[in-house]
Amino acid sequence: MGIIQLSLTDLSIAALLIVLVVIINLWQQLHLTKSLVISAVRTVLQLFAIGFILRSLFAHPKFIWVTVLALIMLLVASHEAIARQKKRFSGWWNYYFSFVALLIASFGIAIFTLKIIIGAHPWYEPQYAIPLLGMVIGNTMTSISLSLNQLTQTVWQQRSIIEQRLLLGQSAQKAVSDIWRDSIRIGMIPSINAMAVAGIVTLPGMMTGQILAGISPLEAVKYQIMIMFILTAASSFGIMLALWLSSKRLFDERQRLRLDRLLSKN
Amino acid sequence: MSKLQIDNLSFHTFGPFDLIVQPNQCIVISGTSGAGKSLLLRAIADLDPHEGMLLLDNQNYLLFPPTEWRKEIGLLPAESQWWYETVEEHFTNIEPAWFAQLGFDLTILKRKVSGLSTGERQRLALLRLLINKPSVLLLDEITANLDSENTVRIEKLIHTYKQQYQAAIIWVSHNAQQIKRIADKHFVLKDNLLTPAR
Repeated sequence: MGIIQLSLTDLSIAALLIVLVVIINLWQQLHLTKSLVISAVRTVLQLFAIGFILRSLFAHPKFIWVTVLALIMLLVASHEAIARQKKRFSGWWNYYFSFVALLIASFGIAIFTLKIIIGAHPWYEPQYAIPLLGMVIGNTMTSISLSLNQLTQTVWQQRSIIEQRLLLGQSAQKAVSDIWRDSIRIGMIPSINAMAVAGIVTLPGMMTGQILAGISPLEAVKYQIMIMFILTAASSFGIMLALWLSSKRLFDERQRLRLDRLLSKN
Repeated sequence: MSKLQIDNLSFHTFGPFDLIVQPNQCIVISGTSGAGKSLLLRAIADLDPHEGMLLLDNQNYLLFPPTEWRKEIGLLPAESQWWYETVEEHFTNIEPAWFAQLGFDLTILKRKVSGLSTGERQRLALLRLLINKPSVLLLDEITANLDSENTVRIEKLIHTYKQQYQAAIIWVSHNAQQIKRIADKHFVLKDNLLTPAR
């Protein structure tokens, strides 16, 4: 099976659909026009940019450039993970928690997959390393973001209960144990849902891409199964790490709940 | 035998305060709202950051792990909080005689918290706190929402507990009749000063 190449005209026809959505937006006064147009333009620029970068990286695979690209992805994802939190830690703490959790969970899982499961040579072979890292970081970022949001919001809402539990002699860890469990659950739901409906409701993106590129469906399926397992593992480790670091910051050395360390958005 | 000593205690914009509560002594503190009474109790329970020294039987509070300190210093707030569905899930142990003294039979343990009145919750919160056998009780307007019958029941139970365990008690109250019944000493917290009431 060969691949049908898309021309610029093909892309322009797809872009016409976005123009149609913009017209409907203007007509209905939905006030989404600006963000819709900016996002669409960003999609084109960002994807073409990464396309050119990947093309030259694939032609000259160098460890240093793979590392630089991976770090940029990590920094952007660390910022995005906390960008829409309703309650956030003051100072750089939020950024630090998501950065450390993403670094350890995503890089750990991605390197393990490249070296042990795929066995690429060299293990940082950009054709495998970059797309894999991108998927792992993106997925883990969403999970961490959901979990941290749940943790900080619920702690804020249930501060009286937490303090009542502390007053009865419970440890800080015990006093937030229920909230902790809920936060993990919220962060894991997207991964578990994706695994549960894979192949029935949705054809996952990576598999779709491989099939469109002419790979045999069974080969695509094998890759997809591996990806879903490692995405779930990375999310899970990332969530635990981010929650653990944040919970430590929510209490001080005398196990006092320190909501003064949380700021509201705006 | 438990003596609570507060030296130079300050928190937020309040203090410094000095106070000694002897074993088997109940000190009542009253004062206008915003005077810092509740914050004083929170600081003693080490729930808020503070400066100064807290001593229990001459032992520095920092020698106690925070969980142990809060078991020794039992703070009961004006409004109780519950997090499990039924009453019994909140109790690690029970003292049936205390339940009877507050007018409960043990079937209350099977009840759902959501079906309890404010007064029932408050009385149960006291029983839940006493399970830890605290050496010091910090009571923050705990009978403000109770009828007179249950107010007297609580006062009697706390009096019994105070004598039995030689507990030191700080009780924040505004009720003049109640203060007469329970206070061994009465202080007024006003303008950042704890002064003996006349």
